[in-house]
Amino acid sequence: MASSSEFGLRLAGLRQKRKGRWTERAIEVFLFLCALLSVVTTAEIIWVLARETWSFFRQVPVFSFLFGTRWTPLFQPPSFGVLPLVCGTALVVVGAALVAIPLGLGSGIFLSEYASDRLRGILKPVLEVLAGIPTVVYGYFALTFVTPLLVRLFPATQVFNAASGAVVVGVMILPMIASLCDDALRAVPQSLRHAGYALGATRFEVATHVVLPGALSGVLASFVLALSRAIGETMAVTLAAGATPKLTLNPLESIQTMTAYIVQVSLGDTPAGGIPYLTIYAVGMLLFVITMGLNLLANRILRRFHEVYE
Amino acid sequence: MTSPVGPSSGNLPARRRMGAVLHVIFLAATLAGVVLLAILLADVLEHGIPWLRWSFLTSFPSRFPQQAGIKAALWGTIWLIGLTALFSIPVGLGAAIYLEEYARRNWFNTLIEINIANLAGTPSIVYGMLGLSLFVRWMALGRSVLAGALTMSLLILPVTIIASRESLRAVPDSLRQAAFALGATRWQTIRAHVLPAALPGILTGLILALSRAIGETAPLIMIGALTYVAFTPSGPMDAFTALPIQIFNWASRPQREFYGLAAAGILVLLGVLLTMNAAAIWIRYRSQRNVRW
Repeated sequence: MASSSEFGLRLAGLRQKRKGRWTERAIEVFLFLCALLSVVTTAEIIWVLARETWSFFRQVPVFSFLFGTRWTPLFQPPSFGVLPLVCGTALVVVGAALVAIPLGLGSGIFLSEYASDRLRGILKPVLEVLAGIPTVVYGYFALTFVTPLLVRLFPATQVFNAASGAVVVGVMILPMIASLCDDALRAVPQSLRHAGYALGATRFEVATHVVLPGALSGVLASFVLALSRAIGETMAVTLAAGATPKLTLNPLESIQTMTAYIVQVSLGDTPAGGIPYLTIYAVGMLLFVITMGLNLLANRILRRFHEVYE
Repeated sequence: MTSPVGPSSGNLPARRRMGAVLHVIFLAATLAGVVLLAILLADVLEHGIPWLRWSFLTSFPSRFPQQAGIKAALWGTIWLIGLTALFSIPVGLGAAIYLEEYARRNWFNTLIEINIANLAGTPSIVYGMLGLSLFVRWMALGRSVLAGALTMSLLILPVTIIASRESLRAVPDSLRQAAFALGATRWQTIRAHVLPAALPGILTGLILALSRAIGETAPLIMIGALTYVAFTPSGPMDAFTALPIQIFNWASRPQREFYGLAAAGILVLLGVLLTMNAAAIWIRYRSQRNVRW
């Protein structure tokens, strides 16, 4: 009797232990599924874009899409050369890089090598606020401040122009470059700086000849990531850069970027399913492939050229 | 003998001058960001303040600028963010816990990590296209606030995961080992020790991720959040509009009066964002004061 109840107790204990293991396992599986969702998201994005892009390319040859120089999908006769949109995006991205790379790198070096802890404590949050401002606000800023300024400087400027979009996109990616450069530069060990000073270098020489080369992988990766972000930027260029797809190198003219085209179509009443509608998926696919390529490149740079310090 | 530092190393005063000039240039580059922020705020304040009245918050959009307001947009944003938080917080936190506390180093987990980094850099408009095909069409949710929230959840998922992981990683291993030594299982350790210790950092990250969702415009345009809505949503299946969409709508009109309305809308939006940022900073500050490892 006694032994049987003892046996029962032990059995119950075992069951509880097994149940405990079972919940442990279930929790782990649930958490794994959460992590898996990110992979599923990527797969879904590729699936959705690829399916519609495929039906688009069944009607429009790939070559004439990638290398055509006229983009008039909503007019008769339609023409589906994506180069004008790519050109518009490139114009904005190059302009944004001209603004953001010198300023961002300069800020990064200042924050990491020159600023006192107190000054850093003030400047960093300011850059964070700048990074947190929604893109539609930058679009408004481009329309009401940057464009009028450009018109006063260059009277030939059109109301919607690539330069205005480029400037605000540059301001938008500046904090990202500054903060990533700052992180990369600060990761260089103090002993290298001290060695530089010991050899008689000035602070500027240590910053540019010792610290910057040591952090090169992080600095380059920050540029690539920021450019990828600029390519995908949508609202500011939709508001400020115009809706005229054209092959031009003049930043004062109205252009259209890939992202702005997608917005234009989805705001209009283009019937779903037709070729004009499928164009947004083809353009979206191109956008996704370009930005993914740049993101992977940044990852590669970080791994390949990363200096390992003890 | 060549100098290891630079070609001009012979002339010390010249090198010092060079250093001083560059110091000023680096400082100027940093201040450029601060000055731009000041100009932007001044510009928005100047145009927006005259339009910012109580009736602006309590009126629906209108063709007449004097009567237009952001009631529908404000409620739409509240619904959208509430639902987004509901979906993205458990999933994002779960993924972060898995990657930080459970995952072993193997090719699949490396793939998940690279994938998350890439998703964080994927343009928001691409998420909009995904939401349009997946939630609006395939799951037949229509252009509802639920479809919008699901899209936004996917969009901010990588950010929530990355931020939560950083806070989990900052919890010292000795805490986990102490719990294991006392016989706690992995999940008991996480729930009772790791999560409470990492909570302030996680909250800060979640707030910042949600504040990103509040400002996003492009994905909502893609899934067709209406720009003219004269009602507030009463359920997750209702049509909606959101603050950034309303701002975009006003800013893209040719009439100058609507620029003022857009600026006033921006002020409300920035007010909400600054409040959330302040909350995040406050949490970070409090936790730094209390925790000593």
